[in-house]
Amino acid sequence: MSNSLLTILTFFPLAGALLVALLPAKRVLIRAAGLGFTFAALGAALVLAFHYDRAAGGLQFVEKWDWIPSLDIQYYLGADGLSLMLLLLTAIVTPFALLALGDRITKLNVSLILLLQTTLFGTFTALNFIHWFLFYELSLVPVFLLIRMGGSVKATAAATQFFIYTLFGGFAMLLGFLAIHQATGTFNLIDLAALAHQSKLGNALKAAFHWHPNCINLLVFSGIFLGLAVKVPVVPFHTWLPDAYTEAPAPVSMLLTGVLSKMGVYGFLRLLMPLFPGLMHHLAVPLLGFAVVTIVFSALAALAQKDLKRIVAYSSINHLGYCLLGVFAVTTALHPENDRAAAMNGVLLQVFNHGITAAALFCFIGFIERRSDGLRGLNDFGGLRTVAPVLAGLMGISIFSSLGLPGLNGFVGEFLIFKGSFALAPLASTLAAIGLFVTAVFLLTLIQRVFTGPLNARWAAFPDLTTSERFTVAPIIALMFVLGICPQLLIALFNNTVLKLLP
Amino acid sequence: MPTELLPTATILTAFLGVALILLIPARFGHCAKWIALLSALTGFGCAVAAFRGYDMTPGADPLQSIVNLPWVESPSIGFITGADGVSLVLLLLTGIIAITGVLFSWNITQQPRAFFALFLTIIGGVYGVFQSLDLFLLFVFYEIVIIPKYFLISNWGSTNREYGAMKLTIYSVAGSALVLLGLLATYVLSPEHSLDLRVLAGTDFPVAFQFWAFPVMFLGFGILAGLWPFHTWAPTGHVAAPTAVSMLLAGVVMKLGSYGALRVAMTLFPLGLEYWRIPIAILATVGLLYGALVALAQRDLKFVVGYSSINHMGFVLLGLVTLNSVGLSGAVLQMFSHGIIGGLLFAVVGRMIYDRTHTREIALLGGMNLAKALPFAAFTFVVASLASMGMPGFSGFIAEISILLGAWKTFPIFLIFAALGVVVTVAFTLRALQRTFFPAHGAAAAPHGDASHEFDPITLPERLGAILLMAATLGVGLFPQILLVPILHSFESPLSLMHHLIQGVAK
Repeated sequence: MSNSLLTILTFFPLAGALLVALLPAKRVLIRAAGLGFTFAALGAALVLAFHYDRAAGGLQFVEKWDWIPSLDIQYYLGADGLSLMLLLLTAIVTPFALLALGDRITKLNVSLILLLQTTLFGTFTALNFIHWFLFYELSLVPVFLLIRMGGSVKATAAATQFFIYTLFGGFAMLLGFLAIHQATGTFNLIDLAALAHQSKLGNALKAAFHWHPNCINLLVFSGIFLGLAVKVPVVPFHTWLPDAYTEAPAPVSMLLTGVLSKMGVYGFLRLLMPLFPGLMHHLAVPLLGFAVVTIVFSALAALAQKDLKRIVAYSSINHLGYCLLGVFAVTTALHPENDRAAAMNGVLLQVFNHGITAAALFCFIGFIERRSDGLRGLNDFGGLRTVAPVLAGLMGISIFSSLGLPGLNGFVGEFLIFKGSFALAPLASTLAAIGLFVTAVFLLTLIQRVFTGPLNARWAAFPDLTTSERFTVAPIIALMFVLGICPQLLIALFNNTVLKLLP
Repeated sequence: MPTELLPTATILTAFLGVALILLIPARFGHCAKWIALLSALTGFGCAVAAFRGYDMTPGADPLQSIVNLPWVESPSIGFITGADGVSLVLLLLTGIIAITGVLFSWNITQQPRAFFALFLTIIGGVYGVFQSLDLFLLFVFYEIVIIPKYFLISNWGSTNREYGAMKLTIYSVAGSALVLLGLLATYVLSPEHSLDLRVLAGTDFPVAFQFWAFPVMFLGFGILAGLWPFHTWAPTGHVAAPTAVSMLLAGVVMKLGSYGALRVAMTLFPLGLEYWRIPIAILATVGLLYGALVALAQRDLKFVVGYSSINHMGFVLLGLVTLNSVGLSGAVLQMFSHGIIGGLLFAVVGRMIYDRTHTREIALLGGMNLAKALPFAAFTFVVASLASMGMPGFSGFIAEISILLGAWKTFPIFLIFAALGVVVTVAFTLRALQRTFFPAHGAAAAPHGDASHEFDPITLPERLGAILLMAATLGVGLFPQILLVPILHSFESPLSLMHHLIQGVAK
């Protein structure tokens, strides 16, 4: 029993999804079941986080069963600090998104969101590639259907584009891993990381593919990189994202940016970095180049947008770019140790913080859309502060969190990333700092155009947040302060893991 | 019943069903479907029992349940049957397709006795091919399958049925003529003058003979497996056929081809295989890409499914010529998987949709708001599409990655094209799914636009059939070991007739 905690956690939301699908279509009932299951999952994730032996670090709650022995595929899962942090994030954002659905709650979307939660839990705990890939790919199905619920023709196109892009990337990754399996006979990520640690993986690949020993490693690496780069996304593989985030209903965008994009970052940390530390070191310059371009390009793109959702969408790409900067900077050098640890801790913190902050931003945009009949242009509003002070105040806090204001959660992660990477990759970090500056410009512009200035007469009767909406966002806003002031709460969970993750 | 007779019993149950149906008077025609269902269930039960009784201890001969009845003295022909893991997996598939085929034909009112008798005849023939160890017997069963197809399609079919039936039959007969030619030559040249597969597999035929006998046999069987460019019978035939027959064609009849190619051509002529391996790999890869690309351009939903069969069978053929245990076992698993998924897709398109809407034009169906009007059909089609595009968790995924893994070992270049084929498969499946069930709002053609269509609800037999097929693809997807272990045993055991296939090619 105690040994199958992660399995239970993973499939618990799936059971919820099936139950909801069978319930009569009464909104109260569906909402109660959906919230019941997601809050119970949150409770379970918290229990796991508390039971995790932080001092020991490493993988715990491990379960391993033979699944397809002839191909060395196991049902193999376990959690370390990184996994637990992501489990917590998933467990927090999912009920938050359900609450944000408000009146638009239906049997179908609650079932799909619960199904999505199962695939996310599965992705963040699986330790065999095929087991991981199963959940990773399966997540596309609920997301595809959820994006379509945006309802417009463009939503359909965006969902298809998302599906094809991610599937194509996933396929490149699969081919890479098939080659690795070919060379080593295993899909087990932990074994593969151990092989790579002894520098045997690259040689095994070279030995298995005589036809081009020099480029096989690069080819396999590129395949896996491509798959993850589409998911995060890395510019120039990002083109599916703005449309998907914009056309999806706001609660779905919350899940997309809050947790789905984290699958990519997780993949970089769990798949790519442990398997190809040497190659990442050699390729540091182009990789850092990708990170810098992602950061700067997306910030500038956000500056040019006139649609609130698109602004936040590009700012999401920008924030995940900092994570990549940290990851790639860490692989450039083995010293100084404390800078590397700082950068890595920063990456993990940033993953969590961006998850809740960006989800909160989409949630607020959803609230605005609901009041404005779907209008969400940057210039459609003005002066909302006077009619909706609570909305303006709380959304302002989230924006400042996203901006990295000290005292709020967003600051700590970015600070640590830059602290670490300035020492490791000074040029890239300096260039990336442009992104910080531009982010400040577009986020402040957003506040200025929407909330301050003279009140746009059209919105004289703009209602402020309702009580239930306030209760929806209050815990998240509180969390922003808590983590801004005591980031140690979260860092303690994964600090030991971080030291082990460093190549 | 002794376990040795269980596989053979599947053949008997089918033909017993035929006899019973023909014996009942015409006024009890409506009972025919019940008899057919009973016969199909019994056959499946026998297949399951045989599968469960399969002995996989390391020293055991993989070929088990041998039944050997002398038939003709000279030339020596026997009723020799036996089953190994590959046969058993395909027997299971046949059992499932038989049951669901009957369930999806529950609404047949035109001459039900003839329909179900012919249907069960095909099933019996298919059961027979999958376990014949005598080449002549195999050929007899093979022919038993081909002829009833013509009548089923031309009498109960739909679009262009005469043309489809004729084309399909001519292609099949041409294929079996090639097989017969190869078979006779083999008989004449074998030192023992035997048609017993076990004897022949131990014979080293001269290279010069293998060089031409292999392609003749492989092509003969390959036509039925949808080998490009001899595949053109398949889409037209599938489309013209009534639902249960499309399910049979895609589900099991195409597998007769790939099974024959493996069991006869590849097993008997390994040296010939070595010569023709690369050309076959090329044809298989072209076929899987071509099938996917053509499916992308179809306007008729049933044609999309028809061409998707070419695509999936291309994977089977590619897996067969990888000649390593991973690729070969993947090919057999893909035969099973495509049988189930192809069957499910045809069931949705032919029975659930076409019988109600009387159109298969994707554009027209898109205007009917099918997701609302027939939610169960939409759900089934979504599941079938995911399985068909190789989503992890469904049977197709494990089969396809096994084939790709096998191909990595032997043909890394083809792998790239095969991979491209997978991507196009996703694209055409998604396209058909979207346009048929979930057209973008506003894009739906106005004439049908908001008019709510009233269709007969999905009946219980349809639901049962669909659930059975979905459970099969999901079950095998999650627990592929159930089928992979016996399949691998049949290739890897040193006693296996096909053992030489996985070690390179020396016998």
